[in-house]
Amino acid sequence: MLAIEGLRSDLVGPVDLAVAAGECVTIEGASGCGKTRFLRAIVDLDPNRGRVRLDGRQREAMPAWRWRRLVGMVPAESGWWADRVSEHFERPEALPPLLEALGLPPDSPDWEVSRLSTGERHRLAIARALCLEPRALLLDEPTASLDAAATARVEALLRRLLRAGRPLVVVTHDPAQARRLGARRLAMREGHLSAMVEPPS
Amino acid sequence: MNGYLALSYLDVALAALFLLIAATVSLLARLGLERRLVFVSLRMVVQLALVGLLLKALFTLASPWLTLFAALFMLAMASREVGARQQRPLAGIWGYGLGATTMMTAGMLITVFALTLQIRPDPWWAPRYALPLFGMILGNTMNGVALALDGLHVALVRERVAVEARLLLGHTRFRAVQPVLVRALRAGFTPILNAMAATGVISLPGMMTGQILAGVDPREAVKYQLLIMFLISGATGLGVLGAVWGSILLLTDRRDRLRLERLAPPRERL
Repeated sequence: MLAIEGLRSDLVGPVDLAVAAGECVTIEGASGCGKTRFLRAIVDLDPNRGRVRLDGRQREAMPAWRWRRLVGMVPAESGWWADRVSEHFERPEALPPLLEALGLPPDSPDWEVSRLSTGERHRLAIARALCLEPRALLLDEPTASLDAAATARVEALLRRLLRAGRPLVVVTHDPAQARRLGARRLAMREGHLSAMVEPPS
Repeated sequence: MNGYLALSYLDVALAALFLLIAATVSLLARLGLERRLVFVSLRMVVQLALVGLLLKALFTLASPWLTLFAALFMLAMASREVGARQQRPLAGIWGYGLGATTMMTAGMLITVFALTLQIRPDPWWAPRYALPLFGMILGNTMNGVALALDGLHVALVRERVAVEARLLLGHTRFRAVQPVLVRALRAGFTPILNAMAATGVISLPGMMTGQILAGVDPREAVKYQLLIMFLISGATGLGVLGAVWGSILLLTDRRDRLRLERLAPPRERL
């Protein structure tokens, strides 16, 4: 369980949120409302205050780099620092099943980063984060750059993580995606979270 | 100093003849360079004349405090220059302070080292030796530090997403910035490496040329030049390492975050 209490950073909060094991929470909201900032605050990438725990383990009790191995985050824009894809992966042996699940060919680690399409980059970034086997995962618009088939594969992978008991927080613009993930839908407005109120149909 | 041939002011003025010819050509051909050419050379005359007077006074007074004050003034100018040469210096006091601290530490350490252990004038701080030596060391260290910091800050801004990707994958701040850091260090070391590679083959260093013209045995001049080159590269190395390391510490924090808001906002590009 990912427990967030009184989390606030520059533009966010205070936010309280508890995501149970195997639960998916989606966050929707206009751009600039603080969704990305909220995810960044959870993984301690922006200066912030508040308490965050994962399965009872306090974030401040460990170095930030170790916390980020427990709570993974896949940002909307993936970053690459070497020429070849494989240089970005720490545990290559964990990779083949992930590549298959994401619909990427087995030789994709040998590709050059500069020749990847946006969608390939993004799926490889998801694989890269999952290689570390994080205990919870935050995803910022995980399928915004993907076509329908790739989106279905990513969502299937996320459902597998949920069945394995991982808490997930997904920022999305797509209400249908929230339904497909069986998610608890939250809305963010000016840095504050609230339950999504469905407009009457 | 046996073979030293003194110059008269007329000799110096005659040397400017060809500059005047160039300015005239520029005027006739409407190149528009003549004003700048004349202005810059007049400014140079004034600057150097003043420096000559100032050094003469400092040498005559031979005061340790005045010598130190002159060195600190040079340091302040160099720090300002390091700040001005960066597209994105650190915000606030560190914009000048980081260059000043590292150049002062490296420059003074190496200068004092050379004065007390190798050149050994009496007294060791004699301004005739201390100030030109410190100036040469400072000028080169300044070049290296400015290039390294400029490269580091520009690269961190440009590659923020890549650095943060590594932080998100559980790398420490030092591991995450490592490729950027290596490139910045290379940039800082390049001028002094190039200078060492080219010296004596492509160009005779100015100081050595000066000594030879002043009648010093070329072998003695070479010894001095080697000493200076080693001191300069040592100071540049220390200064660049210190500045880059300090900047990384200031632009990240203990929770392994990148803190680019600590850079000054981008300048208007001209």
